[in-house]
Amino acid sequence: MSGVRVLVGTRKGAFVLTSDGKRQKWDVSGPHFGGWEIYHVKGSPVDPNRLYASQSSGWFGQVMQRSSDGGKTWEPVGNKFEYDGVPGTHQWYDGTPHPWEFKRVWHLEPSLTDPDTVYAGAEDAALFKSTDAGQTWQELSGLRGHGSGSRWTPGAGGMCLHTILLDPVNRARMFIAISAAGAFRTDDAGKTWQPINQGLRSQHIPDPTAEVGHCVHRIAMHRSRPNVLFMQKHWDVMRTDDGGDSWREVSGNLPTDFGFVIDVNAHQPDTVYVVPIKSDSEHYPPDGKLRVYRSKTGGNEWEALSNGLPQKDCYVNVLRDAMAVDALDKCGVYFGTTGGQVYASADEGDNWAPIVRDLPAVVSVEVQTLT
Amino acid sequence: MEVSVSVEGRVTVRSVLDALEAAYPVLRGTIRDYGTGHRRPFLRFFACEQDLSHELPDTLLPDAVVSGAEPFMVVGAISGG
Repeated sequence: MSGVRVLVGTRKGAFVLTSDGKRQKWDVSGPHFGGWEIYHVKGSPVDPNRLYASQSSGWFGQVMQRSSDGGKTWEPVGNKFEYDGVPGTHQWYDGTPHPWEFKRVWHLEPSLTDPDTVYAGAEDAALFKSTDAGQTWQELSGLRGHGSGSRWTPGAGGMCLHTILLDPVNRARMFIAISAAGAFRTDDAGKTWQPINQGLRSQHIPDPTAEVGHCVHRIAMHRSRPNVLFMQKHWDVMRTDDGGDSWREVSGNLPTDFGFVIDVNAHQPDTVYVVPIKSDSEHYPPDGKLRVYRSKTGGNEWEALSNGLPQKDCYVNVLRDAMAVDALDKCGVYFGTTGGQVYASADEGDNWAPIVRDLPAVVSVEVQTLT
Repeated sequence: MEVSVSVEGRVTVRSVLDALEAAYPVLRGTIRDYGTGHRRPFLRFFACEQDLSHELPDTLLPDAVVSGAEPFMVVGAISGG
């Protein structure tokens, strides 16, 4: 019997929401790690019972958690994230050099082939890898060390490596994104990296088309076309058809092209979802109407999806890791808000309903398709 | 939560925390920063009604702590968030 497991990270704990394939009735488990910021929970595509969670707090720092039973029980694993060698400095908000300082893990990306291998994206931006199920972590320091690292600057939310995409076809290729450095690609399994920001334009930086310095909020890929990526930037929705070598804008008729999330339908590689947010200071939907926008043409032509979503007095935000899709037929789409709601659509976005309404502010949403 | 740990040699802030982390490895990195070994800023150390937060790590702890009559306390900031 098929079903889904939705993994929700919030400011005060993690929640696990499960349902059968109809995705109408939900069981809610949690809060796990109550009181802690859970930036991300994600499962292994190889062993769906293997989950990893990033648990952090201002008091006690970073703890990493692992489950081997689908989130029923958890055990702490290694939490030592040491920058390789002499970490050096990056740029601070005022342009001065600032030492690299580990703050937290923003994103976890389990390997496509091994449940004991998992990548972690950290703040201050760096990529770590574990091959022993989270017991120990090593930095893939070629990313910070490729040459532009000293010019990276934080965005208002911190200098975070928030997105990790693993190419399912070319296993040596990965994409990552950093606020506010930009997108990067490796073609040799993480040893060396290059910025892939050609075509991005950011008015708020001294050189709007600089090699690095763009605040990329999220990138998304469909597994059938790993050369095609979609990007939600700090203003602009972008697309590349050549693995990031060049980008073009596909914002089209969106009411605003600011936002955080972007994702791709599991079965239709040209069907893309975003949640437009009014502006970089007004982090809420335009006109108080919470709407997901869907393009079925790979961008440029967008339609508003609002059935079941609040269309009045709604001023929540949807953070960059808080949208996900399942692989059931029809593709389910999910997103969580800073108001504590998690919405689900079992029909590709045509209709929505809240799974839960009153969680702590949602930071991340992932979905596992269980068969 | 109160636990007991055994410390060999001089009983200092550092040696007590070393023993605590050895007994409870999950606490590593949560009281002292991994890189610097410094107390995490939102935590404070107390013993015998004294704030030891700014004492050097090799400061000897009071006899009452050594004997187990009084605890060495690690206290998180009460401020919200």
